[in-house]
Amino acid sequence: MNYLTWRKFKNIFFHSMLYISSLIVLLPLFLIISYVFKMGASSLNLDFFTALPKPVGEVGGGMRHAILGTLYLVAIGSLISIPTGLLCGIYLSEFGKGKTAALLRFSIDMLTGVPSIIIGIFSYILIVVPFKSFSAIAGGVALSIIILPIVCRSTEEILKLIPNHIREAGLALGLPRWRVILNIVVRGNLSSLITGVMLAISRAAGETAPLLFTAFGNMYLSYRIDEPMASLPVQIYQYAISPFDDWRRQAWAGAFVLIILVLGINLIARLLVKIGSLRNLISRGSK
Amino acid sequence: MIRDTENIQKNTLKDNFSSISISIQSSKKKFLTYGEQDKFAYLLIKAIATLVIILLLGMILMLVNAAMPAIKEFGISYALTDNWNPVEDEFGALPFIFGTLITSALAILIAAPISIAVALFINEILPTKIAKTISLFVEMIAAIPSIVFGLWGIFYLGPFVKDILTPFLKDNFGYLPFFQGASFGIGILTAAIILAIMITPTITSICREVLKTVPKIQKEAALALGATRFEMIKIALLKPSFSGLMGGVVLGLGRALGETMAVAMVIGNSPTITASLFSPAATMASVIANEYAEADSDLHLSALCYIGLLLFLITFIINGLARAIVWKKQRSGRSRS
Repeated sequence: MNYLTWRKFKNIFFHSMLYISSLIVLLPLFLIISYVFKMGASSLNLDFFTALPKPVGEVGGGMRHAILGTLYLVAIGSLISIPTGLLCGIYLSEFGKGKTAALLRFSIDMLTGVPSIIIGIFSYILIVVPFKSFSAIAGGVALSIIILPIVCRSTEEILKLIPNHIREAGLALGLPRWRVILNIVVRGNLSSLITGVMLAISRAAGETAPLLFTAFGNMYLSYRIDEPMASLPVQIYQYAISPFDDWRRQAWAGAFVLIILVLGINLIARLLVKIGSLRNLISRGSK
Repeated sequence: MIRDTENIQKNTLKDNFSSISISIQSSKKKFLTYGEQDKFAYLLIKAIATLVIILLLGMILMLVNAAMPAIKEFGISYALTDNWNPVEDEFGALPFIFGTLITSALAILIAAPISIAVALFINEILPTKIAKTISLFVEMIAAIPSIVFGLWGIFYLGPFVKDILTPFLKDNFGYLPFFQGASFGIGILTAAIILAIMITPTITSICREVLKTVPKIQKEAALALGATRFEMIKIALLKPSFSGLMGGVVLGLGRALGETMAVAMVIGNSPTITASLFSPAATMASVIANEYAEADSDLHLSALCYIGLLLFLITFIINGLARAIVWKKQRSGRSRS
């Protein structure tokens, strides 16, 4: 084999390795999704959404409390962290100079990297220990610390893309700076900002570890903020490690609902951006 | 005093007319000038930003505080002893540190080459439209909740490892100490595979960012000299961005260290140290997840917080390192192009 064919062979070999490796990466995704659909769809029924769990040994029952609990906990987390995250992102992109901004950027980076279980411990020490009870609010706070850095980061990245002359145009109209930021910079890019928020929410909806010892889980429907609250991921965990077949079946149904919820929010968020950019293109074209 | 008040009264009477006319004029204005409004908004936002910084600091301090009893009791040697017996109040973190390191290292070994290859594939080979779809799929992996990974790991991957992968490894590499002993399907190997799947999207997206910073001219130059595409990628792409790619890999490592639920469900949770990759183990995150809610003695809770503190420190250092590498790379890449 002469040198040129050897080089060509290496090139072809390298290309085929790239194809194979991307297949290896995508294979588990399809395996997981198809397996969850297969196992989950068969054990899903109306009871799953409307009924509460039955005692061990009785067949049937559902996860109404867990589905509502997840939504409730995510709502608490979002209420705390979305305004905060948006404001921090605005601070970094609009005023992002000086020591405070550098420190904030560093903290946000570190918060992104903190394992979620440690956020759980923090929330436990902060809220569960003083009030001496597992509670929904502790779970909500833990989720809010997970949402916060994602919202902040995406807000900063999006607002940084906006050209400066748009801000200058607003200022030239005689608006104060905060109204330029609020009415022009933020409102003009609302759809991309909402995308970041939705991605953060979908991340939080699937979190289990910090809820294990903050919201803890509950076999009954509860709306009280100071009592333990069920959530879909924790319920799936408890059912999955249990020895009962019926509970395992329900765990699969729960995983099915959770994956549709999380991937659904994720895909809708990405579609929103696409529609937004399409609309921009169209309006720009018509002008 | 009295004269002062009289003066004020006189003044107010005098000024009444003018103040009314001013108030009519300024009724359209806000009670703050624009400059004051801006200052107010700025201070408000800055206060919130400071709060977030304090949040991180508070997190570290509270963790240290909660771990204090265990730190006083066991000291630094806590990380080097391997007896874990909550009933007797004896605690040592070595098995968990071992479990965390071995699963993360294996996951990185599996995931790093594949993720870099996928990043190259998406960036360099595929046409833009297909590349978008593929990268969307890869990002979908990151969106799957870790509890679903765990569930799939128990019921699908575990049996697969037990029935297919283990016999294969034993037949071919059985002479190595890593591939000896019985396999139950749950253990270090299964956990490492799950972790590898979970961190692939992270490494891929960082590597794509790093590879994008290589100037196009550099690639064209290599091709113009007669390099094949493989040689172009090797010479013009991989070599100059090597440190950035490593940054992405280290960031993936940070992810793997802190991953909790999926690992806790498939690793078997037994605080032992063995050479065999088939045997069950436990990681720092999984032991916290399993024992925290049930810990009743104060020392047990504190010992778990101590493990949490160690985990926090490790991920803190690893993430900081990775960020530093990637940032440096991207900044220099931007200034060059």
